[in-house]
Amino acid sequence: MTAIAQFRTCPDTGFKVHSAAEKLIKANAVAAVVFLLVGGVFGLSVALTRWQEVHLLPADWFYLALTAHGLDVLLVWIIFFEMAILYFASAILLNSRLATPWIGWLQFWLMLIGALITNVAVLQGDSSVMFTSYVPMKASPLFYLGIILFAVGALLGCCVFFGTLIVAKDEKTYEGSVPLVTFGAITAAIIAVFTIASGAIILIPTLLWSVGYISHIDPLMYKTVWWAMGHSSQQINVSAHVAVWYLIAAVIFGAKPLSEKVSRTAYLMYILFLQLASAHHMLVEPGLSSEWKIFNTSYAMYLAVMGSMIHGLTVPGSIEAAQRKKGFNKGMFEWLRKAPWGNPAFSGMFLSLVFFGFIGGITGVVMGTEQLNLIMHNTLYVPGHFHGTVVAGTTLAFMAVTYIVVPLIWRREIIWPGLAKLQPYLFGFGVAGISLFMMGAGTLGVSRRHWDIAFSDATLSFDYPAAAYLMLTLNGISAILAAIGGALYILIVVGSILFGKKRDEAAAPAPAEPTAAAATSYGSAGTAAVPGTFMLALIFFVTFVLYYFVNWKYLAETWGVS
Amino acid sequence: MAIHPPENKLWWNEPIEKTEIIWVGLCLIWALIMFFMMPYWHLFGEQNLTNEAYKVEPEAHVERAEAMADKYTVREEGDTGIPVVRPPAGSDVFVVARLWEWWPILELEKDKTYRLHLSSADWMHGWSLQPTNLNVQVHPGYDFVVTVTPNQTGEFAVVCNEFCGIGHHTMLGKIYVVE
Repeated sequence: MTAIAQFRTCPDTGFKVHSAAEKLIKANAVAAVVFLLVGGVFGLSVALTRWQEVHLLPADWFYLALTAHGLDVLLVWIIFFEMAILYFASAILLNSRLATPWIGWLQFWLMLIGALITNVAVLQGDSSVMFTSYVPMKASPLFYLGIILFAVGALLGCCVFFGTLIVAKDEKTYEGSVPLVTFGAITAAIIAVFTIASGAIILIPTLLWSVGYISHIDPLMYKTVWWAMGHSSQQINVSAHVAVWYLIAAVIFGAKPLSEKVSRTAYLMYILFLQLASAHHMLVEPGLSSEWKIFNTSYAMYLAVMGSMIHGLTVPGSIEAAQRKKGFNKGMFEWLRKAPWGNPAFSGMFLSLVFFGFIGGITGVVMGTEQLNLIMHNTLYVPGHFHGTVVAGTTLAFMAVTYIVVPLIWRREIIWPGLAKLQPYLFGFGVAGISLFMMGAGTLGVSRRHWDIAFSDATLSFDYPAAAYLMLTLNGISAILAAIGGALYILIVVGSILFGKKRDEAAAPAPAEPTAAAATSYGSAGTAAVPGTFMLALIFFVTFVLYYFVNWKYLAETWGVS
Repeated sequence: MAIHPPENKLWWNEPIEKTEIIWVGLCLIWALIMFFMMPYWHLFGEQNLTNEAYKVEPEAHVERAEAMADKYTVREEGDTGIPVVRPPAGSDVFVVARLWEWWPILELEKDKTYRLHLSSADWMHGWSLQPTNLNVQVHPGYDFVVTVTPNQTGEFAVVCNEFCGIGHHTMLGKIYVVE
């Protein structure tokens, strides 16, 4: 039963790599990338349909593609990748064996089978209910069953992760506290357990309702509990991609957190408050009190938002400190100018950080303000916002870390280094465009999940301003750009895994300079402060404040509502 | 590094760098400002949803809307003869959302206040007033009372912005605001 764990020592980093963990990381990452491809194709077809001059898909296919797009990328691609991250952050970073690899495989197969079942249900055409599947609109039972199996798999993955933490602690594979990246992964896993529990609470009855065992599901209750899964799962992503930012900063720059205490407290704020986010979707619903809305939508006085703003300073701050230590000390921004912008792991990570903050973060807080939601709810502003968080933020960060993972775990070099250099920029700016132009259209009132903004088949008529059409055209063009970036990513990753030059185990140079590894105890000790980062943070702050109050002004000009 | 355990095992005793303290302080102040903006707007702003909502059977809601239409219809519009209803200012106005129409069409007076009762007869819908861009969710089984005061005259559209099946993109309603 207990076979002796097989290890190899990574010549680049010195980590002990458990082969069972390595195999699971590979399997989950590959599954993730396959679903990114599928979901990405659906996404492109959606954007090309919204582009009124192209209007690619007929209405039924549009709604089908939109359902599949949400499922395959928001759920399947991201959660599969996060399973790989959990195994990496536990077994590899702690030099430990993975607890119960067979449960790990159960996780993998359950998630894969679940994802396939739901995809089949959607492709059969009778489950075009959107990712959110609001009752009383009914999908085929297979639709819910697949998601439930997928979630059970993910829950098992979290169990293996927590088990590995216990094994590592017991077997003393590390000293003191877990690394910050692992701490971030723990945050993600804790939120994941809450998320999956909420999903089970609502989807299991919904499955029973769809086969006729339960007569009625209250739509308001469904929506409240569903979003305790739907939005909280985005908080798994935030925790995971912030951990990835720290990881990339550590590997490329040898960066240390400015202060372990501050960074970890910021994560703690996620654990304590992020699960209140269901309220973000309930701000203009009947039957919920304003007090409930205000407390929950603000994550208890914006303490979780504060957590993100803190990471927004400490991640680039740790890079600045590391760069200044290496001598890039001139002026405010030499450390940033001379950063390795040609390394896709860095450029992807940094773009992810900037876009997540400026595009995804600010708009999320604005839209999540109780009254401001009135002028944004369910418009294209909503998908605009979350493409800023979950695509430009999470997906881009995951793409970036792949450029580190493939050489380390697969022992292969990245093929087409020239194109790889370009990839994060193509994808990043493409997605930033998607985000901004959808928000532009949303500000002009365009509805989300809407096949035809010209209302050609409607009895009555309404014309959106011409600018709305322009926004959707630009959105389509941005989507093409992002799709090229996404396709390149998939080609490069799959190509590297299959055909990349095998890396020489012995002679590989360390990518990170663990210089002065033991010289200082925290990142800013002995260096100047991080003025460049602080300046960037202040620019962010001013943008945030201005944009926030501009929206109150817009709100004040509309009809009185009481 | 962030991928290794902290070198100082007593990391929680390390001093915090000044930049970080300033930033955390700034964030906290901003967080509180944003938080208190919401109650502030409830007291002093003009755009706040009420907490007034009732459970209602879809059929009962449709009946109330029909009774209102019988009383206050001023004309009909469109090929299907949708009634245009002009309810008295300050009254209860029942609006039905159903696959795929907003029923009936309303004619309201500028700067007068109306108690809209929004509810759905079937699936979930989204009441999206355009081009004003005011958006409220409409559930079946819930009567949501939204008191509105139009501040402009003109012709407004009500778009459905919650996906409600294959005819979703044809679901339009109309509100006229007159002097």
